[in-house]
Amino acid sequence: MTSTPNGNVAAEVTDQSASSELQSALDNYNQLSPRQIAWRRLKKNKVALASGIVALFFLILAYGAPLFAGIFHVDPNSRFPDAIDGTGLVKGSFNGMGLHHPFGFEPGTGRDLFALLVYGSRISFTIAIITSVAFAAVGSIFAVIAALYGGKIDNFFGRLADFLLAFPFTFFVIALSVPLTKSIESTGIAQNNGARMIMLVLLLVIFSWSGFFRVVRSQVLTLREKEFVMAAHALGAGNRRIIFKEILPNLYPLIIIYLSISLPGYLTAEATFSFLGIGIQAPASTWGLTLDDAVNYWQRDPVYLLIPTLMLIIVVLALNLFGDGLRDALDTKSDR
Amino acid sequence: MSDKVLEVKDLKMHFAPRSTIFSKSNAPVKAVDGVSFHINRGETVGLVGESGCGKTTVGRTVMRLYNPTSGEIIFDDQDISQLKGNELKGIRSKIQLIFQDPYSSLNPRHTVGKIIEASFEIHKINPAGGRTAAVKELLAKVGLNPEHINRFPHEFSGGQRQRIGIARALALQPKLIVCDEPVSALDVSIQAQVVNLLDDLQSEFNLAYLFIAHDLSVVQHISDRVVVMYLGKIMEIATTKDLFAKPMHPYTKALLSAVPIPDPEIERKRERIVLQGDLPSPANPPSGCVFSTRCWKATEKCRTEVPELITLGVGNPNERSYACHFPEN
Repeated sequence: MTSTPNGNVAAEVTDQSASSELQSALDNYNQLSPRQIAWRRLKKNKVALASGIVALFFLILAYGAPLFAGIFHVDPNSRFPDAIDGTGLVKGSFNGMGLHHPFGFEPGTGRDLFALLVYGSRISFTIAIITSVAFAAVGSIFAVIAALYGGKIDNFFGRLADFLLAFPFTFFVIALSVPLTKSIESTGIAQNNGARMIMLVLLLVIFSWSGFFRVVRSQVLTLREKEFVMAAHALGAGNRRIIFKEILPNLYPLIIIYLSISLPGYLTAEATFSFLGIGIQAPASTWGLTLDDAVNYWQRDPVYLLIPTLMLIIVVLALNLFGDGLRDALDTKSDR
Repeated sequence: MSDKVLEVKDLKMHFAPRSTIFSKSNAPVKAVDGVSFHINRGETVGLVGESGCGKTTVGRTVMRLYNPTSGEIIFDDQDISQLKGNELKGIRSKIQLIFQDPYSSLNPRHTVGKIIEASFEIHKINPAGGRTAAVKELLAKVGLNPEHINRFPHEFSGGQRQRIGIARALALQPKLIVCDEPVSALDVSIQAQVVNLLDDLQSEFNLAYLFIAHDLSVVQHISDRVVVMYLGKIMEIATTKDLFAKPMHPYTKALLSAVPIPDPEIERKRERIVLQGDLPSPANPPSGCVFSTRCWKATEKCRTEVPELITLGVGNPNERSYACHFPEN
């Protein structure tokens, strides 16, 4: 009889400590902020996480271009005439790939392809990032103004958005690229490719904010009618507090998702316009320009076309998958 | 200071539909059309009526979330119906609101502490002992664990969220709280807890409640007096006891007959009044008595002549009012 109570006590003690451990684990989980919960969900999504790492790798490659090109002692401007034969083609198979020239050479000029692509991606990424941020900022600022003030202001922005959405975008970019670049150059802000970059960003933002505007506007209209906004009114909160403290924090997930989803789109847009010859021009390089050049050689030197194509596909796919994962992680509707 | 914390006189709240270039402005929606009642200090007045009769609009207009079309809202001997800017902000701290839906009434991206502290921030109040301590005290008051101050709304159940909403409403020590269907989104067992909490807080802080609900049994439990509305107008006002015992307005009678009685014997035998038809459009209300289209007692007089709100026993605690040409009892 004496041993049984002791045994029971011991069992009870372990039981208690186990349950308190469980409780503290639960408490830990319960005290997560929405951001921490999103991060947890993202971590569970291996595809999105891997895609994020790939995208980050390319981003680092782009902005650390001199560093990485330096590893192979190459830069985008020096030519290697020895690598080119008399007809302008690269000597040897696989575009002349080798230890010192991992991607081989650019036919014709004999520049190092790895250096061209990493330096080129810097321009592509810069345009894509600036455009995404500007488009998200313009779209959401207009949307918040339109939704909160309503009436004529809402109508004005709404019709403007409709008008821009109805525009034949590609046609106008082609038509406007030259005069717009000229007028940017004449203001003296930037010349040549600098002016062309500004032109591309401007045109992309002007013609694409309207799509995002519609999404954010409808979201703000929903939020505006939520009872917590009315509660803030009832407490005597002013417009500024309601916009910045009550409504904006609920828009951040949407904005982040749109940023990550639109980024690869602008990356391809830049490549497309450079490919069409209305974006950045040689001797600078971007992925679009390299692709444009590679099309001329696709039968004789398919590897030259394959490398930038693959890079573009990998980056765009990675960014899209990451954006998708981010949306799943930030979506409050799938809350526990 | 009079006994009345709030007196509403002939309050009208009409919503004009927006006119566009394609259609001229239609008739305004008369959500609240000439409503008068009062609430004494520390009293609970129930406001009942079917969906779309203007209960919520009365609550929100009294709160000055809307700008009333006409009429007076006298709060603490001051007409607040036309106040603006800082004067209005001053009144805001004295009248607070508890919402129906505890899921949309708390900002999902703010912690509980931040939600309740907002009241202090907006009115630049620094309670003795600091804001955090004050928030914790409020959480304890409404029966929540003060340690949960850093949690987010999604971590709480519906009943707990409603308690957070109540704590927010209490933060500025209001005199009047408009409860807009505070329990209709909750489970029945939780409803009882929240109603009892409201009861306790009332006696502790001498609060007056305007308790908007469509659940008559809850109203019967919590209210001292009841106001019955139909299509933007008041049909009847009486003490809870009188109203439930002998309703004078046919509409009240119909409403009460819809409340189930938890006794199958009585339930089977009793006669129920089932109203025919739908609530008419508040943009185009019937002439005469608004209830005449669905009233079984309606005569020609009802269809042409608007019944005045008649008050019996003015000033006496059992004072009651009705708006009917042919009252019951």
